[in-house]
Amino acid sequence: MTIDKKLNGNELTLAIEGRLDTTTAPDLEKVVDESVTSDITSLIIDFAKLEYISSAGLRVLLKSQKIMNKQGEMKVTNVSDVIGEIFEVTGFSDILTIA
Amino acid sequence: MNNKVYELEVAALTEKLPKVTEFVDLHLEEAGCSMKAQMQIDIAVEEIFVNIAHYAYEPGTGNAVIRMAIKDNPLRAEIAFIDSGTPYNPLEKKDPDVTLSAEDRQIGGLGIYMTKKSMDDVTYEFKDGHNILTLVKNL
Repeated sequence: MTIDKKLNGNELTLAIEGRLDTTTAPDLEKVVDESVTSDITSLIIDFAKLEYISSAGLRVLLKSQKIMNKQGEMKVTNVSDVIGEIFEVTGFSDILTIA
Repeated sequence: MNNKVYELEVAALTEKLPKVTEFVDLHLEEAGCSMKAQMQIDIAVEEIFVNIAHYAYEPGTGNAVIRMAIKDNPLRAEIAFIDSGTPYNPLEKKDPDVTLSAEDRQIGGLGIYMTKKSMDDVTYEFKDGHNILTLVKNL
């Protein structure tokens, strides 16, 4: 998995490529912990190149959403049909803003 | 006529997950599995294997055997996870409430819930000192 970070003022975009699983989710969590500082008011998670997500990845999304609920908004973009179905089954489609 | 059985034995450690996924994907691809079913199976395999890695031998370590069969009528994958750790049936875990808000959400139990929802059958038995959890997915 690779994470491409783009900061534009108070908006941070994290583009994830590859597989977000038990072995890689801690890397995303670390980036979120370090880069989503208190001045970030918009967090965009771009899943255009995400191939796979398990509950370990969902856990990091939930944590990120909780952070952004306190200081701004979070959007998950370019969600494929198969990953969208995972969000549906787990109720994450109600928690996340999928744009 | 499909009736092929493959076996992989690995140390039950989370860092072995890529090896387990690679083994399963190789045989799913040979069977002509769709991308969607492959992702669902990969998720279930990850949840079960990581569960074994985290809890089966705690505080020690041990091995897990993954025995995978591709069968006909209907075409399906049967993937059994066998460990000789503490007897534990993850299917007895209570389903999480997937309607709660972000603040109230608990992530525990979500993986096994996703597994139950996406597989055609999931069974557990404790036999001869082994936990045997078997996933069945029609391809």
